[in-house]
Amino acid sequence: MALLFSKKVTKRFGGLVAVGDLDIEIREKSIHSIIGPNGAGKTTFFNCITGFYRPEEGEILFNDHSLVGLLPDRIVRLGISRTYQNIRLFPNLTAMENVLVGLHGHLNAGFFGIVLNTPATRKEEKEAAEEARRLLKFVNLAGKGDFLAKNLPYGDQRRLEIARALASRPNLLLLDEPTAGMNPKETQDMMDFIQRLRDELGITILLIEHQMRVVMGISEIVTVLDYGEKIAEGTPIEIQRNPKVIEAYLGRGSTGEESQAVS
Amino acid sequence: MRQAIKIGLIGGVVGILLSLIGMVEAFSQRDIIAHVISMGHTLLITVALFMGYLAAKRTPGKGSLRILSNSFLSGLLLAGMLALLVMAGSLINLRKVFINASPLLYSLLTFGLEKGIGALLLLVIGAMSGLLAGIFYLSPGILRRVLIISLGSIVSAGVLQDLLRPTFALWGPLAIINEWLFTANGLTVQGAIGLFILIAAFSLFWSRKGSAIQTGFRQLPPAPQRILKMAGIFILVFILLILPRVLGLFLSEVLTIVGLYVLLGLGLNIVVGYAGLLDLGYVAFFAIGSYTVAVLTSPELGFFSLSFWEALPFVIVMGVFSGVLLGTPVLKMRGDYLAIATLGFGEIIRILVLSDFLRPWLGGAQGIGKIPKVFIGGFEFAGPQQIYYLILAGCLLVIFISLRLRDSRLGRAWMAVREDEDVAQAMGINLVAAKLLAFATGAGFSALSGAIFATKLGSVYPHSFNVMISINIVCVIIVGGMGSIPGVIVGAAALVGLPELLREFAEYRLLVYGAVLVAMMLLRPEGLWPEALRRRELHGEKENEAESESSLKLKSG
Ligand SMILES: Nc1ncnc2c1ncn2[C@@H]1O[C@H](COP(=O)(O)OP(=O)(O)OP(=O)(O)O)[C@@H](O)[C@H]1O
Ligand SMILES: [Mg+2]
Repeated sequence: MALLFSKKVTKRFGGLVAVGDLDIEIREKSIHSIIGPNGAGKTTFFNCITGFYRPEEGEILFNDHSLVGLLPDRIVRLGISRTYQNIRLFPNLTAMENVLVGLHGHLNAGFFGIVLNTPATRKEEKEAAEEARRLLKFVNLAGKGDFLAKNLPYGDQRRLEIARALASRPNLLLLDEPTAGMNPKETQDMMDFIQRLRDELGITILLIEHQMRVVMGISEIVTVLDYGEKIAEGTPIEIQRNPKVIEAYLGRGSTGEESQAVS
Repeated sequence: MRQAIKIGLIGGVVGILLSLIGMVEAFSQRDIIAHVISMGHTLLITVALFMGYLAAKRTPGKGSLRILSNSFLSGLLLAGMLALLVMAGSLINLRKVFINASPLLYSLLTFGLEKGIGALLLLVIGAMSGLLAGIFYLSPGILRRVLIISLGSIVSAGVLQDLLRPTFALWGPLAIINEWLFTANGLTVQGAIGLFILIAAFSLFWSRKGSAIQTGFRQLPPAPQRILKMAGIFILVFILLILPRVLGLFLSEVLTIVGLYVLLGLGLNIVVGYAGLLDLGYVAFFAIGSYTVAVLTSPELGFFSLSFWEALPFVIVMGVFSGVLLGTPVLKMRGDYLAIATLGFGEIIRILVLSDFLRPWLGGAQGIGKIPKVFIGGFEFAGPQQIYYLILAGCLLVIFISLRLRDSRLGRAWMAVREDEDVAQAMGINLVAAKLLAFATGAGFSALSGAIFATKLGSVYPHSFNVMISINIVCVIIVGGMGSIPGVIVGAAALVGLPELLREFAEYRLLVYGAVLVAMMLLRPEGLWPEALRRRELHGEKENEAESESSLKLKSG
């Protein structure tokens, strides 16, 4: 069953069509990857789903809710959470606080409850702290809760961002190049971790990747974008054989690594 | 070398500037150490030391000879430029342009000696100051800290003598300290030396043993630790309670002014420090609070004659309501645009109050008088020594609320908005609600402060609420440290309290303000008492807790 549908989604910037007539169907509990060369419109599509951008045309349905026109804070409450291509943590908050902000939508304490520190508030805070600590542990950041986010090493920041996204208890998690800037070993760890997210937590994953090789191992379905349009979709094997994909990657004079991945 | 010359020349320009605007002369009225060194000379020497230090720091490489010669050179150049000023002054009459270029200034710069010898001495002192700064730069960290603290306390004791002397005098046994430490103008020589040794010994002891004491404290079992903490709080509260008695009338007045700024600063701290919304129209809510109390309590207008306590709920409601009202139109604005738009609000409120249209209700330019004092039972909050308690109670209440909010879901939401508005929204934070709540809370605190201000003065006038107040409060927060509660207190004491105490500063208040702000931005952009300090202290205590949770499993959404 499809968790998220997009129908003919188009997003333009001036004359540039960043995403054009995009139809995508994301099945529940799948790991679905979107790949494509630089500027293909992958991040723009994420921004359309999460309400950062409003597409000019088309429809996005999540669990039969239309997402177009909703504000990001509504969308995350529906169960879609994301990370960013260039990490966007709250730099001057601690790792713990970053995760707690992710829990915001699941907490209810109001102004007076907080000032009077009512039993309900105290209980809620205590549980939230426990959940945040559990999440930190899950992403291998146990014991680093009191570090300022900006003082964490790069890899930790990536994982903290995922912990923060998980805190909102999503059904669908959008990961925008989570392996950017990582070496092969770290990349492999991240891929294993993503697989765990789906297997252990049952979260559907939509993954943007730049390097084809990386996603081949874990994705069930791969969608290839080029110039904002879907040029291919299928299982990793099908994609690797698709002449259009090879053309898009090779014809652009891209890095040796990518062309290798295709061949 | 080139750097040192540049720094020396900059220092010279600063020195000449300070001299020509009359600061050196004005400050020379007061001695730091009687008959040895005046505040004016201290000012110049501080500049020379600073420049010497800078020259040493900017020296490439590690050669200590190079460093020392550079700092020496910069000090020499600085003094040289001052000497040139003296020479120029004796050749042409600078006074036509610079009113402060008086013979007195020249004699100050040449230490009252004959011009030639004086200028020579000036050069020697300048070069020595530079050299000392270089030596200081090269000396080990612990020595540097001790020196800074003990020299700093001598200068502070000298600068604040008018504050300290009468305070000690009030307390019989302490009067002896007065005899020993102070003359009519400045510290005694033996007092200064004694103070230096005392403070140096203490800070040396603390930097050696301080961390040991702190870890010792942390290793205590929780029960005695709590007792010690409680005792600390108890002593603090006790000191706060007896402060106006100890300090006497004048200083209590200063204290109430500082207190009002603390109250205002704490409110704005929620808006600017927590939520990151730069609000320059904050004085509007202060005015609204004051005027609400005035209208509701003053018999002069005769609409209502409520007591302060009866009026207070209306004040808070008015504050919160206007916070929401003024916040709504600017919800979409960020950064600079927000600052400019809110700047307008402050003025709009002031002009509204001044308008003829509202005159029958708000009194126009004449304001509203006869605002009654506050009573609790038979106790009247009459003078500053009593109103202090009212303000103290207000501050404690607001600090309490701020602390609770800071460590809550709402505080985190505000800080997330401050850090990255878009991501905060994508994490489920309703920006409209979060921002309006910040504006409303800040406005409520400000209105409370305004209400106390109105009963303190007994009357309100539109001109009390000009834009300078907003700017002052923003400065208090920036200098103290954005988002930091102790920072607000320190900032208010430094920016509001000190100028009240130092009559010499009165004329140069804005200049010093500007200089302090620039210096802060360059040297300590995070503020005097930054929020990060708290986090660093927290760190280390909690670290183990997380690990002990290891047995728990992640529960899925
Ligand atoms: N806010 C914007 N304003 C104008 N143009 C934009 C904006 N955001 C993206 N674009 C343009 O839209 C196109 C798609 O950009 P997008 O960031 O979605 O690509 P991408 O597939 O994520 O690429 P990359 O692999 O480099 O991250 C690019 O040409 C980009 O320059
Ligand atoms: Mg991208």
